[in-house]
Amino acid sequence: MLSFTTRTLAVLALGAAAGLAQAQAPIKIGFMAELSGPQGALGQDQYDAFMMVVERNGGKLGGVPVQVLREDSQLKPDVATQIVQKLIEKENVPIITGVTFSNVMMAVHKPITEKGVFLIGSNAGPAPIAGAQCSPFQYIVSWQNDNQAEVVGKYATDKGYKRVIGMAPNYQAGKDFVAGFKRFYKGEVIDEIYTPLNQPDFSAELAQVAAKNPDAVYVFYPGGLGVNFVRQYQQAGLLGKIPLLSSSTADGSTLPAQKETALGVISGTFWGPDFNNPANKQFVEEFEKKYNRIPSQYAAQSYDAALLLDSAIAKVKGNVADKKAFAAALKAADFKSVRGDFKFNTNNFPIQDQHIFEVAKDAKGRVSLKTIATPLKAHGDAYAAQCKM
Amino acid sequence: MTTGLFFTQLLNGLQLGVLLFLLSAGLTLVFGIMNVVNLAHGSLYMMGAYFAAAGFNAFDGSFLAAALVAVPGTLLLGLLIERIVLANLYQRDHLDQVLATFGLILFFNEVVRFIWGPASVYINVPSWLSGTINLFGLPYPAYRFAIIAVGLAVGLGLYALINRTRVGMLIRAGASNPDMVSALGVNIRGLNTLVFGLGAALAGLAGLMAGPIVSVQAGMGEPVLILTLVVIVTGGIGSIRGAFYGALIVGIVDTVGRAFLPTLLRELFDRSVAQAVGPAIASMLIYLLMAAVLALKPQGLFPVKHG
Repeated sequence: MLSFTTRTLAVLALGAAAGLAQAQAPIKIGFMAELSGPQGALGQDQYDAFMMVVERNGGKLGGVPVQVLREDSQLKPDVATQIVQKLIEKENVPIITGVTFSNVMMAVHKPITEKGVFLIGSNAGPAPIAGAQCSPFQYIVSWQNDNQAEVVGKYATDKGYKRVIGMAPNYQAGKDFVAGFKRFYKGEVIDEIYTPLNQPDFSAELAQVAAKNPDAVYVFYPGGLGVNFVRQYQQAGLLGKIPLLSSSTADGSTLPAQKETALGVISGTFWGPDFNNPANKQFVEEFEKKYNRIPSQYAAQSYDAALLLDSAIAKVKGNVADKKAFAAALKAADFKSVRGDFKFNTNNFPIQDQHIFEVAKDAKGRVSLKTIATPLKAHGDAYAAQCKM
Repeated sequence: MTTGLFFTQLLNGLQLGVLLFLLSAGLTLVFGIMNVVNLAHGSLYMMGAYFAAAGFNAFDGSFLAAALVAVPGTLLLGLLIERIVLANLYQRDHLDQVLATFGLILFFNEVVRFIWGPASVYINVPSWLSGTINLFGLPYPAYRFAIIAVGLAVGLGLYALINRTRVGMLIRAGASNPDMVSALGVNIRGLNTLVFGLGAALAGLAGLMAGPIVSVQAGMGEPVLILTLVVIVTGGIGSIRGAFYGALIVGIVDTVGRAFLPTLLRELFDRSVAQAVGPAIASMLIYLLMAAVLALKPQGLFPVKHG
């Protein structure tokens, strides 16, 4: 009899302990990005900004403790697929965020969303997942890839440039950006130059550009390629003469290496560090204090991803297992974005203003981005109509 | 096409050529004299660029300081690598050397990422070379003229060193018949260290000169290493003369091909086809050239003369 009571008590106690542990168990969030290699700076900015929100809230999002599992996808789609498999099957994460490159996004999008895991993308926004392959489990806080080219195309039209040369690396994204530029550019693209992805020197192409003397040049050269291109464009004496319009070429990740060689470069995107809204001021100030550098747009995107999760987890009181309620909470996007107005389109990509920036010195004399125009207001993307959720 | 554009492109080719020469001169000597396959030569180039950037930023944007840190720095690094790693590998076969020096590539890429971070670092041209020079009505960057001048000066210096000095004589003898040289009582170990250090310093100089043009980042040495290998195979392994002419040929073929092939193809094909095919063929040209040389003259265009 005694033994029976003891056993029952023990079982009850264990059960209670387990129940308690469950209530306190943190929500696991998989963070996957490019954290090594030449493009590792982008992923690092995404991670730093995300963790800044988590740490500010004392390890919580939406008032619930979270455990962030940091994974490096190494810019390899096969590695990324394995990581996602591990995160979902072994760690049982309900949420995965980050994802830096479009080719990685294309590899992991289906494995994540078809398992009913929420994908909070904070960079890559390739066309297929904005269109026919979209999923109700995806929430892309950054942009659709074409947006950053479209806004520059519109700007070139507004400025009345008649003859433009387009240049990009010879791969899918390079062609997509030039196509996006042309969608909103009404003048004539007199030439398109595609250079091999691993070509570091543009002397031959720049000599051709100088000889053709267009009204402006539009380029998409991300990362180290952008450092090469902008320096060489400036050294060739073209920067003051032929306006250089760009996407992802002079941004927070490359300006520290370009510095004054990039002064005067025009760049189009959704956010800049000089935005004058309270959410952004807090973000930039905190980020600079903590990491001692100007945040890039990649940091801003990931910061917003953390704020979005914070708002949605609070709405469902930590019960992310109720997928319908959590999806509705995410879709509401009830947070103060650093970019100002933000809402999700029918394909769960943002509807937002797209701006034009000029590389200039900021109040502290550092080379940074200065907002000069907003050619596209409350802008969605060209693929939303193809998305049936 | 104007004469101005043609000459500009020729100069661009020449500039790429002399940069490749700085790299291939060291590699071809190490290959030819020490019989060592050194895949880490590109890493020395990268370290040269990083040392230059470190000196440039530490001394308030002084290019002279960059040079004074970069060249002796890589020389020292080269000597260390030779003593610590390669000295143990001379008796081993090429596969072991390839594995060890490939390991060095990974090692140095991680070292720079650890010290300087994953983003590229800043270095700029000296202010007195930041302008452009007018060439038949087209602007040409003054800094690229400086690269050509430095490269040609180094070429002349090496020519004098190899052909007019005792050390040069030993290097030439070592390239033709290392066993005989050592049998004659020459300290071949010391000669090896010297040659490797010289090659490393030249790679560092190339890194210094390239730093303000290309982005200084981890892994910047690998694409250049491939071009350098093409140069020494085309020119003839172990021959400085081969490295010089090989580098100029590769530089000019690559640049002129890139510049004019797409335009040429546009005359023959549809614009979109030319845009797709042009760059692809242009980037293949130097490899086609190397294949042709290997088929017709397997020793390279300017091989070492064996007595």
